[in-house]
Amino acid sequence: MIIILQKGIHAMSWEMISETPGGGFYFGKEGGILNAIIGSIYLSIGATVLSILISVPVALYLNIHLLHHKRIVTGIRFLLDILWGIPSILFGVFGFVLMIIFHLQASLLAGIITLGIMITPIIIRAFDEALKGIPEGLLEVSYALGLSRRQIAFEIFIRQAMPGLITAILVGFGRALGDAASVLFTTGFTDHIPTSLYDPTASLPLAIFFQLSSPIAEVRERAYAAAFILTIIILLISLTIRICTSRSSRYKI
Amino acid sequence: MLIATLTISVLPLCIGLGLLIESIPLLQKYHFWRLISHTAWSPMEGKFGMLSFIAGTLWVTGLSMCMAVPVSLLAAIYITQYAKPWLMGIIHPIMDILAGIPSVVYGVGGVLIIVPWISEKLAPAMGYSSSGYCILAGGIILAVMSIPYILHLQIEIFRTVPVELKEVSLSLGASYWETIKYVLLKQTRKGIIASIGLGISKSLGETIAVLMVVGNVPQIPANVFQGAYPLPALLANNYGEMMSIPLYLAALMFAGLLLFLIICLCNSISTWIIYNMHQV
Repeated sequence: MIIILQKGIHAMSWEMISETPGGGFYFGKEGGILNAIIGSIYLSIGATVLSILISVPVALYLNIHLLHHKRIVTGIRFLLDILWGIPSILFGVFGFVLMIIFHLQASLLAGIITLGIMITPIIIRAFDEALKGIPEGLLEVSYALGLSRRQIAFEIFIRQAMPGLITAILVGFGRALGDAASVLFTTGFTDHIPTSLYDPTASLPLAIFFQLSSPIAEVRERAYAAAFILTIIILLISLTIRICTSRSSRYKI
Repeated sequence: MLIATLTISVLPLCIGLGLLIESIPLLQKYHFWRLISHTAWSPMEGKFGMLSFIAGTLWVTGLSMCMAVPVSLLAAIYITQYAKPWLMGIIHPIMDILAGIPSVVYGVGGVLIIVPWISEKLAPAMGYSSSGYCILAGGIILAVMSIPYILHLQIEIFRTVPVELKEVSLSLGASYWETIKYVLLKQTRKGIIASIGLGISKSLGETIAVLMVVGNVPQIPANVFQGAYPLPALLANNYGEMMSIPLYLAALMFAGLLLFLIICLCNSISTWIIYNMHQV
Protein backbone atom coordinates (compact mmCIF):
# COMPACT_ATOMS: atom_id res chain seq x y z
CA MET A 1 0.00 0.00 0.00
CA ILE A 2 2.90 2.24 0.60
CA ILE A 3 3.69 1.69 -3.08
CA ILE A 4 0.88 4.08 -4.02
CA LEU A 5 2.37 6.69 -1.76
CA GLN A 6 5.82 6.16 -3.13
CA LYS A 7 4.58 6.57 -6.67
CA GLY A 8 3.01 9.81 -5.51
CA ILE A 9 6.30 11.03 -4.06
CA HIS A 10 8.05 10.00 -7.23
CA ALA A 11 5.74 12.18 -9.32
CA MET A 12 5.88 15.02 -6.85
CA SER A 13 8.28 17.30 -8.63
CA TRP A 14 6.17 20.45 -8.52
CA GLU A 15 6.87 22.36 -5.39
CA MET A 16 4.96 25.25 -6.92
CA ILE A 17 1.68 23.47 -6.83
CA SER A 18 0.35 24.74 -3.59
CA GLU A 19 1.25 28.33 -4.38
CA THR A 20 -0.19 29.67 -7.60
CA PRO A 21 -3.75 29.22 -8.81
CA GLY A 22 -4.34 28.21 -12.38
CA GLY A 23 -3.82 29.99 -15.66
CA GLY A 24 -4.18 28.07 -18.91
CA PHE A 25 -3.02 25.14 -17.02
CA TYR A 26 -4.98 22.20 -18.28
CA PHE A 27 -2.82 22.34 -21.38
CA GLY A 28 0.39 21.95 -19.43
CA LYS A 29 1.07 25.61 -18.80
CA GLU A 30 2.09 26.98 -15.48
CA GLY A 31 -0.21 27.25 -12.56
CA GLY A 32 -1.18 25.39 -9.46
CA ILE A 33 -4.08 23.74 -7.80
CA LEU A 34 -4.51 26.20 -4.98
CA ASN A 35 -8.04 26.86 -6.16
CA ALA A 36 -8.83 23.18 -5.76
CA ILE A 37 -7.22 22.96 -2.35
CA ILE A 38 -9.04 26.05 -1.07
CA GLY A 39 -12.27 24.89 -2.69
CA SER A 40 -11.97 21.50 -1.08
CA ILE A 41 -11.36 23.03 2.30
CA TYR A 42 -14.31 25.43 1.96
CA LEU A 43 -16.52 22.56 0.90
CA SER A 44 -15.57 20.21 3.66
CA ILE A 45 -15.61 22.81 6.40
CA GLY A 46 -19.03 23.98 5.28
CA ALA A 47 -20.30 20.44 5.08
CA THR A 48 -18.87 19.55 8.46
CA VAL A 49 -20.43 22.58 10.15
CA LEU A 50 -23.77 21.86 8.52
CA SER A 51 -23.70 18.27 9.54
CA ILE A 52 -22.61 19.01 13.10
CA LEU A 53 -25.73 21.15 13.40
CA ILE A 54 -27.84 18.14 12.49
CA SER A 55 -25.91 15.27 13.90
CA VAL A 56 -25.03 16.41 17.41
CA PRO A 57 -28.66 16.92 18.43
CA VAL A 58 -29.64 13.62 16.83
CA ALA A 59 -27.00 11.64 18.66
CA LEU A 60 -27.81 13.33 21.95
CA TYR A 61 -31.50 12.74 21.43
CA LEU A 62 -30.87 9.07 20.77
CA ASN A 63 -28.89 8.66 23.94
CA ILE A 64 -30.83 10.82 26.38
CA HIS A 65 -34.45 11.14 25.39
CA LEU A 66 -34.84 7.78 23.77
CA LEU A 67 -32.75 5.89 26.29
CA HIS A 68 -35.67 3.76 27.39
CA HIS A 69 -37.17 3.18 23.97
CA LYS A 70 -34.70 0.58 22.80
CA ARG A 71 -36.72 -0.41 19.75
CA ILE A 72 -36.82 3.09 18.31
CA VAL A 73 -33.13 3.62 18.95
CA THR A 74 -32.22 0.36 17.28
CA GLY A 75 -34.45 1.23 14.36
CA ILE A 76 -32.81 4.60 13.88
CA ARG A 77 -29.35 3.13 14.20
CA PHE A 78 -30.30 0.55 11.62
CA LEU A 79 -31.44 3.28 9.24
CA LEU A 80 -28.25 5.22 9.86
CA ASP A 81 -26.16 2.17 9.09
CA ILE A 82 -27.98 1.74 5.82
CA LEU A 83 -27.46 5.42 5.02
CA TRP A 84 -23.82 5.01 5.88
CA GLY A 85 -23.53 2.31 3.26
CA ILE A 86 -25.13 4.28 0.45
CA PRO A 87 -22.39 5.26 -1.99
CA SER A 88 -21.46 8.87 -2.44
CA ILE A 89 -22.50 8.94 -6.06
CA LEU A 90 -26.10 8.42 -5.03
CA PHE A 91 -25.85 11.31 -2.63
CA GLY A 92 -24.47 13.28 -5.53
CA VAL A 93 -27.45 12.34 -7.67
CA PHE A 94 -29.78 13.15 -4.82
CA GLY A 95 -28.15 16.53 -4.42
CA PHE A 96 -28.65 17.04 -8.12
CA VAL A 97 -32.33 16.18 -7.81
CA LEU A 98 -32.60 18.72 -4.99
CA MET A 99 -30.90 21.26 -7.21
CA ILE A 100 -33.44 20.67 -9.94
CA ILE A 101 -36.32 20.94 -7.51
CA PHE A 102 -35.09 24.14 -5.91
CA HIS A 103 -33.68 25.60 -9.14
CA LEU A 104 -30.20 26.02 -7.77
CA GLN A 105 -27.08 26.51 -9.83
CA ALA A 106 -24.09 24.23 -9.47
CA SER A 107 -22.45 26.04 -6.60
CA LEU A 108 -20.54 25.87 -3.38
CA LEU A 109 -23.83 25.88 -1.50
CA ALA A 110 -25.19 22.84 -3.32
CA GLY A 111 -21.93 21.01 -2.78
CA ILE A 112 -21.95 21.81 0.91
CA ILE A 113 -25.50 20.57 1.28
CA THR A 114 -24.76 17.33 -0.57
CA LEU A 115 -21.59 16.62 1.34
CA GLY A 116 -23.30 17.57 4.58
CA ILE A 117 -26.05 15.06 3.99
CA MET A 118 -23.47 12.48 3.09
CA ILE A 119 -21.30 12.77 6.18
CA THR A 120 -24.13 13.28 8.66
CA PRO A 121 -24.79 9.57 9.21
CA ILE A 122 -21.07 8.96 9.63
CA ILE A 123 -20.73 11.65 12.28
CA ILE A 124 -23.89 10.58 14.10
CA ARG A 125 -22.81 6.97 14.30
CA ALA A 126 -19.32 7.79 15.47
CA PHE A 127 -20.56 10.28 18.09
CA ASP A 128 -23.26 7.84 19.08
CA GLU A 129 -20.68 5.18 19.84
CA ALA A 130 -18.88 7.65 22.10
CA LEU A 131 -22.10 8.58 23.90
CA LYS A 132 -22.99 4.94 24.42
CA GLY A 133 -19.95 4.57 26.61
CA ILE A 134 -21.21 7.10 29.15
CA PRO A 135 -22.41 5.34 32.29
CA GLU A 136 -26.13 5.55 32.95
CA GLY A 137 -25.48 6.65 36.50
CA LEU A 138 -24.36 10.03 35.23
CA LEU A 139 -27.76 10.66 33.68
CA GLU A 140 -29.54 9.68 36.89
CA VAL A 141 -27.31 11.87 39.02
CA SER A 142 -27.95 14.82 36.73
CA TYR A 143 -31.69 14.28 36.96
CA ALA A 144 -31.40 14.06 40.71
CA LEU A 145 -29.63 17.41 40.77
CA GLY A 146 -32.58 18.91 38.96
CA LEU A 147 -31.08 19.59 35.57
CA SER A 148 -33.30 19.70 32.53
CA ARG A 149 -32.74 17.31 29.67
CA ARG A 150 -31.36 20.05 27.49
CA GLN A 151 -28.84 21.05 30.12
CA ILE A 152 -27.82 17.44 30.56
CA ALA A 153 -27.39 17.02 26.86
CA PHE A 154 -25.47 20.14 26.02
CA GLU A 155 -23.55 20.76 29.20
CA ILE A 156 -22.72 17.34 30.54
CA PHE A 157 -22.95 14.72 27.88
CA ILE A 158 -21.18 16.74 25.21
CA ARG A 159 -18.35 17.39 27.59
CA GLN A 160 -18.14 13.75 28.50
CA ALA A 161 -18.07 12.62 24.92
CA MET A 162 -15.81 15.41 23.67
CA PRO A 163 -13.00 13.16 22.44
CA GLY A 164 -15.52 11.03 20.62
CA LEU A 165 -17.13 14.11 19.12
CA ILE A 166 -13.83 15.48 17.88
CA THR A 167 -12.95 12.13 16.37
CA ALA A 168 -16.34 11.92 14.72
CA ILE A 169 -16.00 15.40 13.27
CA LEU A 170 -12.54 14.71 11.94
CA VAL A 171 -13.65 11.44 10.40
CA GLY A 172 -16.50 13.24 8.69
CA PHE A 173 -14.20 16.04 7.61
CA GLY A 174 -11.75 13.59 6.06
CA ARG A 175 -14.55 11.83 4.28
CA ALA A 176 -15.86 15.09 2.88
CA LEU A 177 -12.40 16.13 1.78
CA GLY A 178 -11.68 12.96 -0.09
CA ASP A 179 -14.96 12.41 -1.77
CA ALA A 180 -15.21 13.11 -5.46
CA ALA A 181 -18.31 11.39 -6.71
CA SER A 182 -20.84 13.34 -4.73
CA VAL A 183 -19.50 16.77 -5.63
CA LEU A 184 -19.16 15.85 -9.26
CA PHE A 185 -22.75 16.82 -9.95
CA THR A 186 -23.23 19.63 -7.58
CA THR A 187 -20.32 22.01 -7.39
CA GLY A 188 -19.26 22.52 -10.95
CA PHE A 189 -15.63 23.30 -11.63
CA THR A 190 -13.71 26.52 -11.96
CA ASP A 191 -10.22 27.91 -12.00
CA HIS A 192 -10.94 30.59 -9.44
CA ILE A 193 -11.16 30.60 -5.71
CA PRO A 194 -14.84 30.95 -4.87
CA THR A 195 -15.86 34.24 -3.30
CA SER A 196 -19.49 33.60 -2.45
CA LEU A 197 -21.74 30.69 -1.68
CA TYR A 198 -23.23 30.74 -5.15
CA ASP A 199 -19.96 30.40 -7.06
CA PRO A 200 -18.98 27.12 -8.61
CA THR A 201 -16.10 25.53 -6.76
CA ALA A 202 -13.18 23.32 -7.62
CA SER A 203 -12.26 20.47 -5.37
CA LEU A 204 -9.09 18.48 -5.01
CA PRO A 205 -10.40 15.01 -5.89
CA LEU A 206 -12.08 16.37 -8.98
CA ALA A 207 -8.95 18.24 -9.97
CA ILE A 208 -7.02 14.98 -9.78
CA PHE A 209 -9.67 13.21 -11.74
CA PHE A 210 -9.81 15.77 -14.53
CA GLN A 211 -6.06 16.10 -14.79
CA LEU A 212 -5.59 12.38 -15.00
CA SER A 213 -7.94 12.11 -17.94
CA SER A 214 -5.90 14.67 -19.86
CA PRO A 215 -3.82 13.38 -22.77
CA ILE A 216 -0.80 15.54 -21.90
CA ALA A 217 1.82 13.75 -19.83
CA GLU A 218 2.83 16.80 -17.84
CA VAL A 219 -0.71 17.42 -16.70
CA ARG A 220 -1.02 13.82 -15.64
CA GLU A 221 2.14 14.14 -13.64
CA ARG A 222 0.50 17.02 -11.81
CA ALA A 223 -2.42 14.77 -11.03
CA TYR A 224 -0.09 12.37 -9.26
CA ALA A 225 1.35 15.23 -7.29
CA ALA A 226 -2.14 16.44 -6.41
CA ALA A 227 -3.06 12.94 -5.33
CA PHE A 228 -0.01 12.97 -3.14
CA ILE A 229 -1.07 16.25 -1.53
CA LEU A 230 -4.53 14.88 -0.89
CA THR A 231 -3.11 11.74 0.67
CA ILE A 232 -0.88 13.79 2.92
CA ILE A 233 -3.83 15.89 4.10
CA ILE A 234 -5.86 12.77 4.82
CA LEU A 235 -2.98 11.17 6.67
CA LEU A 236 -2.55 14.33 8.73
CA ILE A 237 -6.20 14.20 9.64
CA SER A 238 -6.02 10.59 10.70
CA LEU A 239 -2.93 11.38 12.74
CA THR A 240 -4.84 14.20 14.42
CA ILE A 241 -7.62 11.77 15.20
CA ARG A 242 -5.18 9.47 16.93
CA ILE A 243 -3.69 12.29 18.96
CA CYS A 244 -7.10 13.68 19.86
CA THR A 245 -8.47 10.37 21.03
CA SER A 246 -5.50 9.68 23.22
CA ARG A 247 -5.28 13.17 24.67
CA SER A 248 -8.54 14.99 25.02
CA SER A 249 -10.10 12.84 27.67
CA ARG A 250 -9.81 15.57 30.24
CA TYR A 251 -13.40 15.55 31.40
CA LYS A 252 -13.72 11.79 31.54
CA ILE A 253 -14.78 10.33 34.84
CA MET B 1 -33.44 17.54 18.59
CA LEU B 2 -36.60 15.66 17.70
CA ILE B 3 -36.85 17.47 14.39
CA ALA B 4 -33.28 16.67 13.48
CA THR B 5 -33.82 13.02 14.34
CA LEU B 6 -36.94 12.85 12.22
CA THR B 7 -35.16 14.52 9.31
CA ILE B 8 -32.41 11.96 9.36
CA SER B 9 -34.85 9.09 9.69
CA VAL B 10 -36.78 9.98 6.56
CA LEU B 11 -33.67 10.74 4.53
CA PRO B 12 -33.34 7.29 2.88
CA LEU B 13 -36.97 7.51 1.90
CA CYS B 14 -36.40 10.98 0.47
CA ILE B 15 -33.48 9.81 -1.64
CA GLY B 16 -35.41 6.89 -3.04
CA LEU B 17 -38.46 9.02 -3.67
CA GLY B 18 -36.51 11.80 -5.32
CA LEU B 19 -34.86 9.36 -7.70
CA LEU B 20 -38.18 7.70 -8.42
CA ILE B 21 -39.91 10.99 -9.19
CA GLU B 22 -37.20 12.03 -11.58
CA SER B 23 -37.24 8.69 -13.39
CA ILE B 24 -41.01 8.54 -13.82
CA PRO B 25 -41.00 9.96 -17.38
CA LEU B 26 -38.88 7.03 -18.52
CA LEU B 27 -40.91 4.46 -16.66
CA GLN B 28 -44.09 5.79 -18.23
CA LYS B 29 -42.70 5.27 -21.69
CA TYR B 30 -40.99 1.92 -21.34
CA HIS B 31 -41.73 -1.13 -19.31
CA PHE B 32 -39.48 -1.80 -16.32
CA TRP B 33 -38.35 -5.21 -17.55
CA ARG B 34 -37.65 -3.91 -21.02
CA LEU B 35 -35.34 -1.33 -19.55
CA ILE B 36 -33.26 -3.72 -17.54
CA SER B 37 -33.17 -6.61 -20.00
CA HIS B 38 -31.98 -4.85 -23.16
CA THR B 39 -28.43 -3.99 -24.04
CA ALA B 40 -28.95 -1.26 -26.64
CA TRP B 41 -27.75 2.04 -25.23
CA SER B 42 -28.00 5.07 -27.45
CA PRO B 43 -29.74 7.98 -25.81
CA MET B 44 -29.85 9.90 -29.09
CA GLU B 45 -32.19 7.33 -30.57
CA GLY B 46 -34.12 6.86 -27.39
CA LYS B 47 -32.76 3.43 -26.55
CA PHE B 48 -32.14 2.94 -22.88
CA GLY B 49 -31.15 -0.66 -22.26
CA MET B 50 -29.48 -1.04 -18.91
CA LEU B 51 -28.38 -4.65 -19.13
CA SER B 52 -24.78 -4.03 -20.13
CA PHE B 53 -24.32 -1.61 -17.27
CA ILE B 54 -25.86 -3.99 -14.80
CA ALA B 55 -23.64 -6.76 -16.15
CA GLY B 56 -20.58 -4.53 -15.83
CA THR B 57 -21.45 -3.69 -12.25
CA LEU B 58 -21.98 -7.32 -11.34
CA TRP B 59 -18.77 -8.45 -13.04
CA VAL B 60 -16.61 -5.91 -11.29
CA THR B 61 -18.23 -6.49 -7.93
CA GLY B 62 -18.10 -10.26 -8.22
CA LEU B 63 -14.50 -10.21 -9.28
CA SER B 64 -13.48 -7.94 -6.43
CA MET B 65 -15.29 -10.10 -3.91
CA CYS B 66 -13.58 -13.22 -5.29
CA MET B 67 -10.29 -11.59 -4.45
CA ALA B 68 -11.16 -9.74 -1.27
CA VAL B 69 -13.08 -12.39 0.63
CA PRO B 70 -10.44 -15.15 0.82
CA VAL B 71 -7.70 -12.68 1.62
CA SER B 72 -9.57 -10.92 4.37
CA LEU B 73 -10.99 -14.12 5.82
CA LEU B 74 -7.59 -15.76 6.10
CA ALA B 75 -6.08 -12.56 7.42
CA ALA B 76 -8.80 -12.27 10.04
CA ILE B 77 -8.30 -15.86 11.13
CA TYR B 78 -4.57 -15.34 11.39
CA ILE B 79 -4.83 -12.09 13.30
CA THR B 80 -7.37 -13.29 15.80
CA GLN B 81 -6.23 -16.87 16.29
CA TYR B 82 -2.55 -17.20 15.62
CA ALA B 83 -0.83 -13.83 15.77
CA LYS B 84 0.60 -12.14 18.81
CA PRO B 85 -1.43 -9.28 20.28
CA TRP B 86 0.97 -6.58 19.17
CA LEU B 87 0.20 -7.33 15.54
CA MET B 88 -3.32 -6.12 16.21
CA GLY B 89 -1.90 -2.80 17.33
CA ILE B 90 -0.18 -2.42 13.98
CA ILE B 91 -3.03 -3.68 11.85
CA HIS B 92 -5.66 -1.33 13.29
CA PRO B 93 -4.05 1.98 12.33
CA ILE B 94 -3.13 0.57 8.94
CA MET B 95 -6.72 -0.41 8.30
CA ASP B 96 -7.94 2.99 9.44
CA ILE B 97 -5.57 4.73 7.09
CA LEU B 98 -6.45 2.42 4.21
CA ALA B 99 -10.13 3.03 4.77
CA GLY B 100 -9.52 6.75 4.93
CA ILE B 101 -7.59 7.16 1.70
CA PRO B 102 -9.86 8.82 -0.85
CA SER B 103 -11.00 6.72 -3.76
CA VAL B 104 -9.44 9.10 -6.27
CA VAL B 105 -6.05 8.25 -4.87
CA TYR B 106 -6.78 4.56 -5.26
CA GLY B 107 -7.77 5.29 -8.82
CA VAL B 108 -4.50 7.09 -9.44
CA GLY B 109 -2.64 4.15 -7.96
CA GLY B 110 -4.56 1.80 -10.20
CA VAL B 111 -3.75 3.80 -13.32
CA LEU B 112 -0.11 3.98 -12.31
CA ILE B 113 0.49 0.40 -11.24
CA ILE B 114 -2.24 -2.06 -12.08
CA VAL B 115 -3.21 -0.95 -15.57
CA PRO B 116 0.32 -1.12 -17.03
CA TRP B 117 0.92 -4.38 -15.21
CA ILE B 118 -2.14 -5.97 -16.78
CA SER B 119 -1.57 -4.67 -20.26
CA GLU B 120 2.15 -5.49 -20.37
CA LYS B 121 2.56 -8.59 -18.26
CA LEU B 122 -0.61 -10.38 -17.29
CA ALA B 123 -2.75 -10.19 -20.41
CA PRO B 124 -0.01 -11.31 -22.85
CA ALA B 125 0.96 -14.08 -20.46
CA MET B 126 -2.60 -15.35 -20.51
CA GLY B 127 -2.86 -15.05 -24.27
CA TYR B 128 -5.13 -12.03 -24.49
CA SER B 129 -4.44 -8.56 -25.69
CA SER B 130 -5.72 -5.81 -23.50
CA SER B 131 -5.29 -2.11 -22.99
CA GLY B 132 -5.17 -2.72 -19.28
CA TYR B 133 -8.32 -0.69 -18.71
CA CYS B 134 -10.52 -3.65 -17.93
CA ILE B 135 -12.76 -5.19 -15.32
CA LEU B 136 -9.84 -7.07 -13.84
CA ALA B 137 -8.16 -3.79 -12.95
CA GLY B 138 -11.42 -2.50 -11.53
CA GLY B 139 -11.84 -5.68 -9.54
CA ILE B 140 -8.36 -5.52 -8.07
CA ILE B 141 -8.78 -1.91 -7.00
CA LEU B 142 -12.17 -2.58 -5.49
CA ALA B 143 -10.76 -5.57 -3.65
CA VAL B 144 -8.01 -3.44 -2.17
CA MET B 145 -10.53 -0.79 -1.21
CA SER B 146 -13.02 -3.10 0.40
CA ILE B 147 -10.58 -5.33 2.27
CA PRO B 148 -10.18 -2.92 5.23
CA TYR B 149 -13.93 -2.82 5.78
CA ILE B 150 -14.44 -6.56 5.49
CA LEU B 151 -11.38 -7.35 7.58
CA HIS B 152 -12.41 -4.96 10.32
CA LEU B 153 -15.84 -6.51 10.59
CA GLN B 154 -14.55 -10.06 10.49
CA ILE B 155 -12.04 -9.42 13.25
CA GLU B 156 -14.86 -8.05 15.39
CA ILE B 157 -16.96 -11.09 14.62
CA PHE B 158 -14.24 -13.61 15.42
CA ARG B 159 -13.73 -11.90 18.73
CA THR B 160 -17.32 -12.51 19.77
CA VAL B 161 -16.76 -16.28 19.73
CA PRO B 162 -16.39 -17.43 23.33
CA VAL B 163 -13.05 -18.95 24.24
CA GLU B 164 -14.73 -21.89 25.97
CA LEU B 165 -16.04 -23.10 22.67
CA LYS B 166 -12.53 -23.38 21.33
CA GLU B 167 -11.27 -24.98 24.50
CA VAL B 168 -13.97 -27.63 24.40
CA SER B 169 -13.20 -28.46 20.83
CA LEU B 170 -9.48 -28.65 21.50
CA SER B 171 -9.99 -30.84 24.53
CA LEU B 172 -12.01 -33.25 22.41
CA GLY B 173 -8.88 -33.85 20.41
CA ALA B 174 -9.45 -31.66 17.40
CA SER B 175 -6.36 -30.02 15.98
CA TYR B 176 -6.16 -26.25 16.01
CA TRP B 177 -6.95 -25.95 12.33
CA GLU B 178 -9.86 -28.36 12.65
CA THR B 179 -11.20 -26.27 15.47
CA ILE B 180 -11.07 -23.19 13.32
CA LYS B 181 -12.58 -24.92 10.34
CA TYR B 182 -15.44 -26.75 12.00
CA VAL B 183 -16.16 -24.70 15.10
CA LEU B 184 -15.07 -21.15 14.55
CA LEU B 185 -16.20 -20.78 10.96
CA LYS B 186 -19.48 -22.53 11.65
CA GLN B 187 -20.17 -20.32 14.61
CA THR B 188 -19.45 -17.12 12.71
CA ARG B 189 -21.00 -18.14 9.41
CA LYS B 190 -23.73 -15.52 9.53
CA GLY B 191 -21.34 -12.79 10.45
CA ILE B 192 -19.04 -13.65 7.60
CA ILE B 193 -21.94 -13.52 5.18
CA ALA B 194 -22.89 -10.15 6.60
CA SER B 195 -19.39 -8.79 6.20
CA ILE B 196 -19.33 -9.95 2.60
CA GLY B 197 -22.67 -8.26 2.08
CA LEU B 198 -21.31 -4.98 3.36
CA GLY B 199 -18.26 -5.40 1.16
CA ILE B 200 -20.51 -5.99 -1.82
CA SER B 201 -22.57 -2.90 -1.21
CA LYS B 202 -19.39 -0.92 -0.72
CA SER B 203 -17.92 -2.03 -4.00
CA LEU B 204 -21.18 -1.82 -5.92
CA GLY B 205 -21.34 1.87 -5.30
CA GLU B 206 -17.71 2.78 -5.62
CA THR B 207 -17.47 5.26 -8.41
CA ILE B 208 -14.40 7.24 -9.15
CA ALA B 209 -11.70 4.65 -8.64
CA VAL B 210 -13.49 2.13 -10.81
CA LEU B 211 -14.41 4.68 -13.42
CA MET B 212 -10.77 5.53 -13.86
CA VAL B 213 -9.59 2.02 -14.64
CA VAL B 214 -12.50 0.06 -16.00
CA GLY B 215 -12.48 1.32 -19.55
CA ASN B 216 -16.10 2.47 -19.83
CA VAL B 217 -17.22 0.44 -22.82
CA PRO B 218 -20.96 -0.27 -22.80
CA GLN B 219 -20.88 -4.00 -23.51
CA ILE B 220 -21.38 -7.26 -21.71
CA PRO B 221 -17.82 -8.36 -21.06
CA ALA B 222 -16.89 -11.88 -22.14
CA ASN B 223 -13.65 -12.21 -20.20
CA VAL B 224 -11.90 -10.32 -17.47
CA PHE B 225 -9.60 -8.48 -19.83
CA GLN B 226 -12.38 -6.57 -21.53
CA GLY B 227 -13.66 -3.20 -20.52
CA ALA B 228 -17.04 -2.70 -18.97
CA TYR B 229 -19.22 0.16 -17.83
CA PRO B 230 -20.65 -0.08 -14.31
CA LEU B 231 -23.72 1.87 -13.24
CA PRO B 232 -21.95 4.39 -10.99
CA ALA B 233 -19.52 5.20 -13.77
CA LEU B 234 -22.43 5.75 -16.11
CA LEU B 235 -23.91 8.23 -13.67
CA ALA B 236 -20.65 10.05 -13.12
CA ASN B 237 -19.63 10.25 -16.75
CA ASN B 238 -22.77 11.66 -18.23
CA TYR B 239 -23.77 14.32 -15.78
CA GLY B 240 -22.67 17.03 -18.19
CA GLU B 241 -24.82 16.20 -21.15
CA MET B 242 -27.88 14.78 -19.52
CA MET B 243 -29.96 17.91 -19.74
CA SER B 244 -29.70 18.15 -23.50
CA ILE B 245 -31.39 14.95 -24.69
CA PRO B 246 -35.01 14.09 -23.85
CA LEU B 247 -35.45 11.34 -21.30
CA TYR B 248 -31.70 11.11 -20.75
CA LEU B 249 -31.98 12.64 -17.32
CA ALA B 250 -34.78 10.26 -16.45
CA ALA B 251 -32.72 7.32 -17.67
CA LEU B 252 -29.76 8.29 -15.51
CA MET B 253 -32.02 8.80 -12.53
CA PHE B 254 -33.44 5.38 -13.24
CA ALA B 255 -29.93 3.96 -13.18
CA GLY B 256 -29.42 5.69 -9.86
CA LEU B 257 -32.66 4.24 -8.58
CA LEU B 258 -31.59 0.72 -9.59
CA LEU B 259 -28.30 1.15 -7.81
CA PHE B 260 -30.02 2.57 -4.76
CA LEU B 261 -32.42 -0.35 -4.53
CA ILE B 262 -29.73 -3.01 -4.96
CA ILE B 263 -27.46 -1.41 -2.40
CA CYS B 264 -30.20 -0.79 0.12
CA LEU B 265 -31.23 -4.42 -0.16
CA CYS B 266 -27.68 -5.73 0.30
CA ASN B 267 -27.04 -3.32 3.09
CA SER B 268 -30.19 -3.95 5.06
CA ILE B 269 -29.78 -7.71 4.89
CA SER B 270 -26.22 -7.65 6.15
CA THR B 271 -26.87 -4.93 8.74
CA TRP B 272 -29.85 -6.92 9.96
CA ILE B 273 -27.74 -10.05 10.36
CA ILE B 274 -25.13 -8.11 12.30
CA TYR B 275 -27.72 -6.56 14.61
CA ASN B 276 -29.24 -9.92 15.37
CA MET B 277 -25.83 -11.36 16.09
CA HIS B 278 -25.11 -8.80 18.74
CA GLN B 279 -28.36 -9.50 20.52
CA VAL B 280 -27.51 -13.16 21.05
